[in-house]
Amino acid sequence: MREVELLVIGSGPAGLCAAISAATSGAKVLVLERSFKPGGQLIKQTHMFFGSESQYASHRGVDIADILLEKVDEFGDRIELMLNATAVGFYEDNVVTVLKDEKEYFKIKARSVVCATGAYEKSLAFPNNDLPGIYGAGAVQTLMNVYGVRPGNRVLMVGAGNIGVIVSYQLMQAGIEVVAVLDAAPRIGAYLVHASKLARMGVPILTSHTVKEAIGADCLEAAVVCEVDERFRPIPGTEKRYDVDVMCISVGLSPLNELLAMRGAVMKYVPQLSGSVPLRTNSLETSIPGVFVAGDASGIEEASSAMAEGYLAGLCAAASLGHVPPDLNDRKLEYMSQLDGLRSGPVGERIRAGMRNSKL
Amino acid sequence: MFEKTGIATRAMVVEKFPPMERINRGPVAVVECYQKIPCNPCQTACPFGAIRIGEDINEIPCRDENICTGCGVCVAKCPGLSIMIVDGSKSDTTVQFRIPYEFLPLPEAGEEVVGLDRAGQPICSARVIKVMAPPSFDRTPVVTLEVGREYLYDFRNFRRKA
Repeated sequence: MREVELLVIGSGPAGLCAAISAATSGAKVLVLERSFKPGGQLIKQTHMFFGSESQYASHRGVDIADILLEKVDEFGDRIELMLNATAVGFYEDNVVTVLKDEKEYFKIKARSVVCATGAYEKSLAFPNNDLPGIYGAGAVQTLMNVYGVRPGNRVLMVGAGNIGVIVSYQLMQAGIEVVAVLDAAPRIGAYLVHASKLARMGVPILTSHTVKEAIGADCLEAAVVCEVDERFRPIPGTEKRYDVDVMCISVGLSPLNELLAMRGAVMKYVPQLSGSVPLRTNSLETSIPGVFVAGDASGIEEASSAMAEGYLAGLCAAASLGHVPPDLNDRKLEYMSQLDGLRSGPVGERIRAGMRNSKL
Repeated sequence: MFEKTGIATRAMVVEKFPPMERINRGPVAVVECYQKIPCNPCQTACPFGAIRIGEDINEIPCRDENICTGCGVCVAKCPGLSIMIVDGSKSDTTVQFRIPYEFLPLPEAGEEVVGLDRAGQPICSARVIKVMAPPSFDRTPVVTLEVGREYLYDFRNFRRKA
C-alpha cells in the first residue's frame, strides 16, 4: 500500500491552495482529482472574481486555475497531482481508497489529510423535472465553457443566486437566449452588480416566482411558472408559460463531505453553511486529529474564501506533520484575517453565523 | 425594488454621478456599486488613488471626482462591470460614455447602435466612437459611445442593430 505524508482530496481552489501552502512548508503532498482536468470549478469560470488582491480578485476563474497550477508545478518534487482519481472511501486508519481511470482500485495511507471535496448542486421538485433539457446550472456552465457545447436555444434560469445570474450572462455571451431568471425568494440572492448586468441586457429577473411544471413529450418544450406568496405557496391564477428547450436549476449547493462522515468526523447540519459540515477548529482541523477540511466542503462560500481556507488548512496540516515554518503564527493570522475580511460585510452575515455554529 | 429586479432607481443612479459642472470639464468615473460586498479591485487599480474603499473590503467604493482623471483603468477591472466613464466636454448636445462590453462580435467605430437603459429597453440611438480591447483589459473590451445629453442618467448599455 502506498503511503503519503499529506493527502489532499480535490484540486479545486481550496485543494490546490492547500497543496501549495503545505509544500511551501516542506511537506510532500499527493493531490487526488476525480476529473481529467485539475482546477475544480475554476476551469469553467470565465468571469472575473470578487475579493481582494490576495485572492486574485478581478482575474477570471479559469486564469486563477492556471496561476495555481503553475505554482503547483514549481513544487514538482513535492506535489504530485493524480487525475481521474476518485477517493471513494476514507477509513479509521487514514486509509483512503481510490478508483483511478475507472478501472484500478487501490489504497493510500496518509499521515494527514485535507478534504477539499467541494459541493454538489441541489435539485428542485416539480412535475416532469426529469425531462431532457433540464440541467443543473453548473452542468450547463461545464458544457459551454469546458466542452464548448451549446446546451440549447432558449433558456429559463431557475435561481437568482450568483451561479444563476452568472451562468445566465455566460449563456448570453455564447449567443443563447435567456428568457427570464426566476427565484422563489422575495429578493435577488446574487451580488446585485451581477443582477444589474443581466437586467440591462433585457433579461427579466422574477423574484417570488417558482416552477409549477415542465412540459414536453420526449424533451423539455415549455415551463409553467407562477408567483409565490411570502410563505412560498403558489398563487393560483398567476401562471405564465415560457416556451424553452432548456431549464437550468440553480437553487444552491450543498457541501460534499461524505468521506469525512465515513471517517467518523463529528458532523453537524448547519443551515447557514447549506448542509452537513464537519465541526472544526480555527485551524480547520476536524474532530479527527490530522484530518482537515477546506473550501465548500466546510460550508458553501465563494472561491475567494476557499483559497484562503486552503492556504490555512495546508499550512496547519503541514505543521501537524512537523513542518513548522518560523513564521507559522503570522501566516495563520494573515489567512484568518483574510477570511474575516471576506466574511465581515452584510453578505457575510450568514457565513459568520454558520462559522459560530460549526466550531469545535 | 432594486433588490427585486437588479434595476437601480433613478435617484440611486443620479447620486453616483458627479455634478454636471465636473462632467462637462472632462471624463470622470461613475461607480455604480450599491451593495456592500467583499471586493476592492477598483481601489487597487486606480493609479491616482481616486477610488477609496478602505480597510474593510466590504465598504462601498467612494470616488473623488476631483482626483479622478477619467483614465478608465478601473472600467475593465471591476468584476461587477459596474463602472463607466462619462465625458460631457466634447459637445453641448451629446455626452460620451465608456462602458465595458463582453460580447462578440464587437461593434466598429462609426457604427450606429441601439442605446439601452438599465432595464435593457431601447431608449435612443448611440454612435460608437472607439472600441478598446488591449491585453491589459483582459478580455473585457471597453466601448466609447456618443449619446444625446438627455439620456445621461438613463443610457447604460447598447445592442448592435440586427
